[in-house]
Amino acid sequence: MIQLFWRDIGLSVRSGGGFGLALIFFLIVVILIPFALGPDQAALAKVAPGVLWLGALLACLLSLDRIFGLDFEDGTLDLLATSPLPPEAVYIAKAAAHWLTTGLPLSLAAPVLGVLLNLEFETGKVLCLSLVLGTPALSLIGAFGASLTLGVKRGGLLLSLLVLPLYVPSLIFGAQAVRLAGQGLAYDVALVLLSAISLGAAAILPFASGAALRINLR
Amino acid sequence: MLQVSNLSVARGGMTLLCGVDFSLSAGQILVLRGANGLGKTSLLRCIAGLQNPVEGQIIAPETVAYSGHADGLKGQMTVLENLAFWASIYRGPSPDVALDAYDLHALADRPAANLSAGQKRRLGLARMQVSGCALWVMDEPTVSLDADNVALFRAALARHVQSGGAAVITTHIDLEIASAQLLDLTRFKARGLSGSSAFAEALE
Repeated sequence: MIQLFWRDIGLSVRSGGGFGLALIFFLIVVILIPFALGPDQAALAKVAPGVLWLGALLACLLSLDRIFGLDFEDGTLDLLATSPLPPEAVYIAKAAAHWLTTGLPLSLAAPVLGVLLNLEFETGKVLCLSLVLGTPALSLIGAFGASLTLGVKRGGLLLSLLVLPLYVPSLIFGAQAVRLAGQGLAYDVALVLLSAISLGAAAILPFASGAALRINLR
Repeated sequence: MLQVSNLSVARGGMTLLCGVDFSLSAGQILVLRGANGLGKTSLLRCIAGLQNPVEGQIIAPETVAYSGHADGLKGQMTVLENLAFWASIYRGPSPDVALDAYDLHALADRPAANLSAGQKRRLGLARMQVSGCALWVMDEPTVSLDADNVALFRAALARHVQSGGAAVITTHIDLEIASAQLLDLTRFKARGLSGSSAFAEALE
Protein backbone atom coordinates (compact mmCIF):
# COMPACT_ATOMS: atom_id res chain seq x y z
CA MET A 1 0.00 0.00 0.00
CA ILE A 2 2.84 2.37 0.87
CA GLN A 3 4.53 1.38 -2.39
CA LEU A 4 1.39 2.17 -4.37
CA PHE A 5 1.18 5.53 -2.59
CA TRP A 6 4.78 6.45 -3.50
CA ARG A 7 4.38 5.12 -7.02
CA ASP A 8 1.33 7.35 -7.58
CA ILE A 9 3.17 10.38 -6.22
CA GLY A 10 6.18 9.56 -8.40
CA LEU A 11 4.01 9.18 -11.48
CA SER A 12 2.16 12.44 -10.94
CA VAL A 13 5.38 14.40 -10.45
CA ARG A 14 7.06 12.91 -13.54
CA SER A 15 6.36 14.14 -17.04
CA GLY A 16 2.77 13.74 -18.16
CA GLY A 17 1.62 13.17 -14.60
CA GLY A 18 -0.44 16.32 -14.38
CA PHE A 19 1.11 17.61 -11.17
CA GLY A 20 0.82 21.38 -11.14
CA LEU A 21 -2.11 21.37 -13.53
CA ALA A 22 -4.52 21.96 -10.66
CA LEU A 23 -2.27 24.69 -9.24
CA ILE A 24 -2.09 26.53 -12.55
CA PHE A 25 -5.86 26.23 -13.01
CA PHE A 26 -6.35 27.66 -9.51
CA LEU A 27 -3.97 30.52 -10.30
CA ILE A 28 -5.80 31.36 -13.53
CA VAL A 29 -9.24 31.29 -11.89
CA VAL A 30 -8.09 33.61 -9.12
CA ILE A 31 -6.44 35.99 -11.60
CA LEU A 32 -9.62 36.12 -13.71
CA ILE A 33 -11.88 37.06 -10.79
CA PRO A 34 -10.73 40.72 -10.48
CA PHE A 35 -11.20 41.09 -14.26
CA ALA A 36 -14.74 39.83 -13.93
CA LEU A 37 -15.76 41.71 -10.78
CA GLY A 38 -13.82 44.94 -11.25
CA PRO A 39 -10.95 46.40 -9.23
CA ASP A 40 -13.00 47.45 -6.19
CA GLN A 41 -10.76 46.24 -3.36
CA ALA A 42 -13.43 46.18 -0.67
CA ALA A 43 -15.74 44.10 -2.87
CA LEU A 44 -12.92 41.69 -3.73
CA ALA A 45 -11.96 41.19 -0.07
CA LYS A 46 -15.60 40.41 0.64
CA VAL A 47 -15.91 37.62 -1.95
CA ALA A 48 -12.31 36.35 -1.55
CA PRO A 49 -13.00 33.50 0.94
CA GLY A 50 -15.77 32.01 -1.17
CA VAL A 51 -13.96 32.48 -4.46
CA LEU A 52 -10.71 30.95 -3.18
CA TRP A 53 -12.49 27.95 -1.73
CA LEU A 54 -14.51 27.45 -4.88
CA GLY A 55 -11.38 27.79 -7.02
CA ALA A 56 -9.54 25.17 -4.96
CA LEU A 57 -12.56 22.85 -5.15
CA LEU A 58 -12.81 23.11 -8.94
CA ALA A 59 -9.05 22.68 -9.31
CA CYS A 60 -9.32 19.51 -7.24
CA LEU A 61 -12.06 18.24 -9.55
CA LEU A 62 -9.78 18.43 -12.60
CA SER A 63 -7.58 15.47 -11.79
CA LEU A 64 -10.17 13.15 -10.25
CA ASP A 65 -10.78 10.91 -13.26
CA ARG A 66 -7.04 10.22 -13.47
CA ILE A 67 -6.99 8.65 -10.00
CA PHE A 68 -8.24 5.29 -11.27
CA GLY A 69 -8.70 6.01 -14.98
CA LEU A 70 -5.07 5.66 -16.07
CA ASP A 71 -4.56 2.43 -14.14
CA PHE A 72 -7.83 1.07 -15.51
CA GLU A 73 -6.83 1.76 -19.11
CA ASP A 74 -3.40 0.13 -19.03
CA GLY A 75 -4.57 -2.95 -17.13
CA THR A 76 -2.76 -2.11 -13.88
CA LEU A 77 -6.02 -2.08 -11.93
CA ASP A 78 -6.85 -5.64 -13.06
CA LEU A 79 -3.44 -6.75 -11.87
CA LEU A 80 -3.83 -4.91 -8.58
CA ALA A 81 -7.21 -6.61 -8.11
CA THR A 82 -5.57 -10.03 -8.48
CA SER A 83 -2.72 -9.06 -6.14
CA PRO A 84 -2.83 -9.58 -2.36
CA LEU A 85 -3.64 -5.88 -1.92
CA PRO A 86 -7.34 -5.36 -0.97
CA PRO A 87 -9.29 -2.74 -3.01
CA GLU A 88 -9.78 -0.67 0.15
CA ALA A 89 -6.01 -0.28 0.45
CA VAL A 90 -5.77 0.66 -3.24
CA TYR A 91 -8.38 3.37 -2.63
CA ILE A 92 -6.66 4.74 0.48
CA ALA A 93 -3.25 4.83 -1.21
CA LYS A 94 -4.64 6.58 -4.28
CA ALA A 95 -6.79 9.10 -2.39
CA ALA A 96 -3.84 9.95 -0.12
CA ALA A 97 -1.52 10.40 -3.09
CA HIS A 98 -4.12 12.61 -4.78
CA TRP A 99 -4.40 14.79 -1.71
CA LEU A 100 -0.64 15.15 -1.34
CA THR A 101 -0.20 16.16 -4.99
CA THR A 102 -3.35 18.31 -5.29
CA GLY A 103 -4.99 19.30 -2.00
CA LEU A 104 -1.83 20.18 -0.10
CA PRO A 105 -0.22 22.34 -2.83
CA LEU A 106 -3.54 24.14 -3.33
CA SER A 107 -3.78 24.83 0.41
CA LEU A 108 -0.28 26.27 0.52
CA ALA A 109 -0.79 28.38 -2.59
CA ALA A 110 -4.18 29.79 -1.52
CA PRO A 111 -2.92 32.46 0.96
CA VAL A 112 -0.45 33.73 -1.66
CA LEU A 113 -3.15 33.94 -4.30
CA GLY A 114 -5.40 35.57 -1.67
CA VAL A 115 -3.20 38.66 -1.96
CA LEU A 116 -4.55 39.12 -5.49
CA LEU A 117 -8.05 39.34 -4.01
CA ASN A 118 -7.02 41.73 -1.23
CA LEU A 119 -7.30 39.04 1.43
CA GLU A 120 -5.46 39.97 4.62
CA PHE A 121 -2.52 37.79 5.55
CA GLU A 122 -4.00 36.85 8.94
CA THR A 123 -7.18 35.66 7.22
CA GLY A 124 -4.98 33.91 4.66
CA LYS A 125 -3.53 31.76 7.40
CA VAL A 126 -7.03 30.63 8.38
CA LEU A 127 -7.77 29.97 4.70
CA CYS A 128 -4.69 27.76 4.48
CA LEU A 129 -5.68 25.90 7.64
CA SER A 130 -9.28 25.43 6.46
CA LEU A 131 -8.06 24.04 3.14
CA VAL A 132 -5.58 21.68 4.82
CA LEU A 133 -8.44 20.35 6.97
CA GLY A 134 -11.07 20.37 4.21
CA THR A 135 -9.31 19.15 1.06
CA PRO A 136 -8.79 15.59 2.35
CA ALA A 137 -12.58 15.22 2.13
CA LEU A 138 -12.44 16.48 -1.48
CA SER A 139 -9.83 13.87 -2.43
CA LEU A 140 -11.59 11.08 -0.56
CA ILE A 141 -15.04 11.82 -1.99
CA GLY A 142 -13.54 12.40 -5.43
CA ALA A 143 -11.66 9.10 -5.42
CA PHE A 144 -14.87 7.38 -4.34
CA GLY A 145 -16.70 8.97 -7.28
CA ALA A 146 -13.87 7.90 -9.57
CA SER A 147 -14.19 4.30 -8.42
CA LEU A 148 -17.94 4.42 -9.10
CA THR A 149 -17.58 5.75 -12.64
CA LEU A 150 -14.75 3.38 -13.51
CA GLY A 151 -15.12 1.93 -16.96
CA VAL A 152 -17.77 4.42 -18.04
CA LYS A 153 -16.66 5.88 -21.35
CA ARG A 154 -15.98 9.60 -20.94
CA GLY A 155 -17.10 9.32 -17.33
CA GLY A 156 -15.47 12.64 -16.43
CA LEU A 157 -18.69 14.64 -16.67
CA LEU A 158 -20.69 12.00 -14.82
CA LEU A 159 -18.00 12.02 -12.14
CA SER A 160 -18.34 15.80 -11.71
CA LEU A 161 -22.13 15.53 -11.45
CA LEU A 162 -21.81 12.81 -8.82
CA VAL A 163 -19.13 14.45 -6.77
CA LEU A 164 -20.02 18.16 -6.78
CA PRO A 165 -23.17 17.84 -4.61
CA LEU A 166 -21.12 15.88 -2.09
CA TYR A 167 -18.60 18.73 -1.97
CA VAL A 168 -21.24 21.22 -0.76
CA PRO A 169 -20.80 20.70 3.03
CA SER A 170 -17.03 21.13 2.82
CA LEU A 171 -17.47 24.28 0.75
CA ILE A 172 -20.02 25.77 3.16
CA PHE A 173 -17.97 25.26 6.31
CA GLY A 174 -14.62 26.03 4.68
CA ALA A 175 -15.71 29.36 3.22
CA GLN A 176 -17.65 30.11 6.42
CA ALA A 177 -14.52 29.70 8.58
CA VAL A 178 -12.51 32.09 6.40
CA ARG A 179 -15.35 34.63 6.26
CA LEU A 180 -15.72 34.61 10.04
CA ALA A 181 -11.97 35.01 10.47
CA GLY A 182 -12.06 38.00 8.10
CA GLN A 183 -14.71 39.64 10.29
CA GLY A 184 -12.67 38.95 13.43
CA LEU A 185 -15.19 36.46 14.80
CA ALA A 186 -14.61 32.99 16.27
CA TYR A 187 -14.23 30.45 13.48
CA ASP A 188 -13.27 27.31 15.37
CA VAL A 189 -16.70 25.65 15.13
CA ALA A 190 -16.62 25.81 11.33
CA LEU A 191 -13.11 24.30 11.32
CA VAL A 192 -14.19 21.50 13.64
CA LEU A 193 -17.15 20.66 11.40
CA LEU A 194 -14.87 20.80 8.35
CA SER A 195 -12.47 18.33 9.97
CA ALA A 196 -15.41 16.14 10.94
CA ILE A 197 -16.41 15.82 7.27
CA SER A 198 -12.88 14.80 6.32
CA LEU A 199 -12.61 12.28 9.14
CA GLY A 200 -16.07 10.88 8.41
CA ALA A 201 -15.16 10.45 4.74
CA ALA A 202 -11.91 8.72 5.73
CA ALA A 203 -13.82 6.33 7.98
CA ILE A 204 -16.66 5.32 5.66
CA LEU A 205 -15.57 5.77 2.05
CA PRO A 206 -12.75 3.16 1.90
CA PHE A 207 -15.37 0.45 2.35
CA ALA A 208 -17.82 2.01 -0.10
CA SER A 209 -15.09 2.50 -2.66
CA GLY A 210 -13.69 -0.99 -2.11
CA ALA A 211 -17.14 -2.42 -2.88
CA ALA A 212 -17.46 -0.21 -5.98
CA LEU A 213 -14.05 -1.35 -7.24
CA ARG A 214 -14.95 -5.01 -6.71
CA ILE A 215 -18.17 -4.61 -8.67
CA ASN A 216 -16.60 -2.62 -11.50
CA LEU A 217 -13.69 -4.98 -12.00
CA ARG A 218 -15.86 -8.08 -12.09
CA MET B 1 -3.85 -26.50 -6.92
CA LEU B 2 -6.64 -25.54 -9.27
CA GLN B 3 -9.94 -27.30 -9.59
CA VAL B 4 -12.64 -26.17 -11.98
CA SER B 5 -15.93 -28.02 -11.94
CA ASN B 6 -19.05 -27.59 -14.07
CA LEU B 7 -18.11 -24.01 -14.82
CA SER B 8 -20.19 -21.75 -17.04
CA VAL B 9 -18.63 -18.55 -18.31
CA ALA B 10 -20.42 -15.59 -19.83
CA ARG B 11 -19.33 -12.41 -21.50
CA GLY B 12 -21.67 -9.46 -21.93
CA GLY B 13 -24.59 -11.55 -20.63
CA MET B 14 -24.06 -14.31 -23.21
CA THR B 15 -22.97 -17.72 -21.97
CA LEU B 16 -19.95 -18.83 -23.96
CA LEU B 17 -18.72 -21.97 -22.25
CA CYS B 18 -20.58 -24.40 -20.05
CA GLY B 19 -19.73 -27.53 -18.14
CA VAL B 20 -15.99 -26.84 -18.09
CA ASP B 21 -14.23 -29.39 -15.92
CA PHE B 22 -10.53 -29.71 -15.30
CA SER B 23 -8.05 -29.83 -12.50
CA LEU B 24 -4.42 -28.96 -12.25
CA SER B 25 -1.92 -29.96 -9.62
CA ALA B 26 1.49 -28.54 -8.76
CA GLY B 27 4.10 -29.08 -11.45
CA GLN B 28 1.60 -29.14 -14.31
CA ILE B 29 1.01 -26.85 -17.25
CA LEU B 30 -2.39 -26.67 -18.88
CA VAL B 31 -2.68 -25.16 -22.33
CA LEU B 32 -6.17 -24.09 -23.35
CA ARG B 33 -6.87 -23.98 -27.06
CA GLY B 34 -9.87 -22.75 -28.96
CA ALA B 35 -11.03 -20.39 -31.67
CA ASN B 36 -11.32 -16.61 -31.28
CA GLY B 37 -14.31 -15.55 -29.22
CA LEU B 38 -14.79 -18.97 -27.69
CA GLY B 39 -14.41 -17.60 -24.16
CA LYS B 40 -10.78 -18.36 -23.33
CA THR B 41 -10.11 -14.94 -21.86
CA SER B 42 -13.37 -14.94 -19.90
CA LEU B 43 -12.49 -18.35 -18.46
CA LEU B 44 -9.07 -17.09 -17.36
CA ARG B 45 -10.59 -13.96 -15.83
CA CYS B 46 -12.92 -16.20 -13.81
CA ILE B 47 -9.97 -18.23 -12.56
CA ALA B 48 -8.07 -15.06 -11.65
CA GLY B 49 -11.12 -13.78 -9.76
CA LEU B 50 -11.73 -10.83 -12.07
CA GLN B 51 -15.11 -12.08 -13.20
CA ASN B 52 -17.85 -14.10 -11.55
CA PRO B 53 -18.80 -17.39 -13.19
CA VAL B 54 -22.43 -17.97 -14.20
CA GLU B 55 -22.40 -21.27 -12.39
CA GLY B 56 -19.97 -23.87 -11.22
CA GLN B 57 -17.08 -23.80 -8.84
CA ILE B 58 -13.44 -22.77 -8.96
CA ILE B 59 -11.05 -23.79 -6.23
CA ALA B 60 -7.90 -21.73 -6.70
CA PRO B 61 -5.19 -20.22 -4.50
CA GLU B 62 -6.16 -16.89 -2.98
CA THR B 63 -3.69 -14.92 -5.05
CA VAL B 64 -2.73 -15.88 -8.56
CA ALA B 65 -0.39 -14.14 -10.95
CA TYR B 66 -2.50 -12.98 -13.87
CA SER B 67 -1.23 -11.73 -17.18
CA GLY B 68 -3.82 -10.38 -19.57
CA HIS B 69 -3.77 -8.61 -22.91
CA ALA B 70 -2.55 -5.42 -21.21
CA ASP B 71 0.75 -5.60 -19.38
CA GLY B 72 -0.07 -2.95 -16.77
CA LEU B 73 3.21 -1.11 -17.25
CA LYS B 74 3.81 2.53 -16.44
CA GLY B 75 5.58 4.25 -19.32
CA GLN B 76 7.18 6.90 -17.12
CA MET B 77 8.81 4.30 -14.88
CA THR B 78 11.90 2.35 -15.84
CA VAL B 79 11.88 -1.39 -16.42
CA LEU B 80 13.47 -2.00 -13.04
CA GLU B 81 11.08 0.35 -11.23
CA ASN B 82 8.08 -1.38 -12.79
CA LEU B 83 9.33 -4.77 -11.63
CA ALA B 84 10.34 -3.51 -8.19
CA PHE B 85 6.86 -2.04 -7.73
CA TRP B 86 5.13 -5.36 -8.45
CA ALA B 87 7.66 -7.26 -6.35
CA SER B 88 6.83 -5.02 -3.40
CA ILE B 89 3.06 -5.35 -3.95
CA TYR B 90 3.28 -9.15 -4.00
CA ARG B 91 6.14 -9.22 -1.47
CA GLY B 92 7.79 -11.51 -4.00
CA PRO B 93 11.43 -12.23 -4.85
CA SER B 94 13.82 -9.52 -6.00
CA PRO B 95 13.53 -8.27 -9.60
CA ASP B 96 17.07 -9.47 -10.44
CA VAL B 97 15.95 -13.04 -11.07
CA ALA B 98 13.20 -11.83 -13.38
CA LEU B 99 15.62 -9.57 -15.27
CA ASP B 100 17.89 -12.60 -15.75
CA ALA B 101 15.07 -14.84 -16.91
CA TYR B 102 13.98 -12.53 -19.72
CA ASP B 103 17.37 -11.01 -20.54
CA LEU B 104 16.22 -7.54 -19.49
CA HIS B 105 19.39 -6.34 -17.71
CA ALA B 106 20.43 -4.16 -20.64
CA LEU B 107 17.03 -2.46 -20.59
CA ALA B 108 16.74 -2.10 -16.80
CA ASP B 109 17.12 1.70 -16.77
CA ARG B 110 15.05 2.43 -19.86
CA PRO B 111 11.60 4.01 -19.35
CA ALA B 112 8.96 1.41 -20.21
CA ALA B 113 7.40 3.86 -22.70
CA ASN B 114 10.46 3.48 -24.96
CA LEU B 115 10.26 -0.31 -25.19
CA SER B 116 9.11 -2.18 -28.26
CA ALA B 117 5.97 -4.30 -28.13
CA GLY B 118 8.00 -7.48 -27.65
CA GLN B 119 10.15 -5.92 -24.94
CA LYS B 120 7.03 -4.70 -23.13
CA ARG B 121 5.61 -8.21 -23.27
CA ARG B 122 8.86 -9.62 -21.83
CA LEU B 123 8.61 -7.13 -18.99
CA GLY B 124 4.98 -8.17 -18.48
CA LEU B 125 6.04 -11.80 -18.28
CA ALA B 126 8.92 -10.96 -15.94
CA ARG B 127 6.27 -9.54 -13.61
CA MET B 128 4.89 -13.07 -13.15
CA GLN B 129 8.28 -14.08 -11.82
CA VAL B 130 8.40 -11.39 -9.12
CA SER B 131 4.86 -12.18 -7.97
CA GLY B 132 6.05 -15.30 -6.18
CA CYS B 133 2.61 -16.86 -6.80
CA ALA B 134 2.39 -20.59 -7.35
CA LEU B 135 -0.33 -20.40 -10.00
CA TRP B 136 0.27 -18.43 -13.19
CA VAL B 137 -2.78 -17.57 -15.26
CA MET B 138 -1.64 -16.29 -18.64
CA ASP B 139 -3.67 -15.05 -21.57
CA GLU B 140 -1.77 -15.30 -24.87
CA PRO B 141 1.64 -14.84 -23.24
CA THR B 142 3.66 -15.13 -26.43
CA VAL B 143 1.94 -12.39 -28.43
CA SER B 144 4.58 -10.20 -30.14
CA LEU B 145 7.49 -12.35 -28.90
CA ASP B 146 10.08 -13.60 -31.39
CA ALA B 147 11.32 -17.21 -31.44
CA ASP B 148 14.28 -16.55 -29.11
CA ASN B 149 12.08 -14.93 -26.52
CA VAL B 150 9.46 -17.65 -26.76
CA ALA B 151 12.33 -19.98 -25.82
CA LEU B 152 13.16 -17.76 -22.82
CA PHE B 153 9.50 -17.91 -21.80
CA ARG B 154 9.46 -21.69 -22.17
CA ALA B 155 12.57 -21.97 -19.96
CA ALA B 156 11.09 -19.67 -17.31
CA LEU B 157 7.88 -21.69 -17.35
CA ALA B 158 9.81 -24.95 -16.99
CA ARG B 159 11.71 -23.58 -13.97
CA HIS B 160 8.43 -22.40 -12.45
CA VAL B 161 6.73 -25.80 -12.64
CA GLN B 162 9.89 -27.61 -11.51
CA SER B 163 9.83 -25.57 -8.32
CA GLY B 164 6.27 -26.68 -7.60
CA GLY B 165 4.32 -24.07 -9.52
CA ALA B 166 1.57 -24.52 -12.08
CA ALA B 167 0.30 -22.54 -15.03
CA VAL B 168 -2.85 -22.17 -17.12
CA ILE B 169 -2.12 -20.70 -20.52
CA THR B 170 -4.25 -19.85 -23.53
CA THR B 171 -2.57 -19.71 -26.88
CA HIS B 172 -3.11 -19.84 -30.61
CA ILE B 173 0.33 -21.09 -31.52
CA ASP B 174 1.93 -24.33 -30.49
CA LEU B 175 4.23 -23.55 -27.56
CA GLU B 176 6.08 -26.88 -27.97
CA ILE B 177 6.08 -27.57 -24.27
CA ALA B 178 6.43 -31.33 -24.05
CA SER B 179 5.06 -31.69 -20.54
CA ALA B 180 1.99 -29.53 -21.09
CA GLN B 181 -1.52 -30.96 -21.15
CA LEU B 182 -3.72 -29.73 -23.94
CA LEU B 183 -7.38 -28.94 -23.46
CA ASP B 184 -9.48 -27.97 -26.44
CA LEU B 185 -12.33 -25.80 -25.17
CA THR B 186 -14.45 -26.29 -28.29
CA ARG B 187 -16.29 -29.21 -26.72
CA PHE B 188 -17.47 -26.99 -23.85
CA LYS B 189 -18.96 -24.44 -26.22
CA ALA B 190 -22.40 -23.35 -25.10
CA ARG B 191 -25.11 -24.57 -27.44
CA GLY B 192 -27.12 -22.25 -29.64
CA LEU B 193 -24.31 -19.81 -30.15
CA SER B 194 -23.60 -20.21 -33.83
CA GLY B 195 -24.55 -17.32 -36.08
CA SER B 196 -27.71 -15.42 -35.21
CA SER B 197 -29.15 -18.15 -33.01
CA ALA B 198 -28.71 -16.04 -29.88
CA PHE B 199 -31.36 -13.78 -31.33
CA ALA B 200 -33.55 -16.77 -32.19
CA GLU B 201 -33.10 -18.04 -28.65
CA ALA B 202 -34.35 -14.74 -27.27
CA LEU B 203 -37.48 -15.03 -29.41
CA GLU B 204 -38.34 -18.48 -28.15
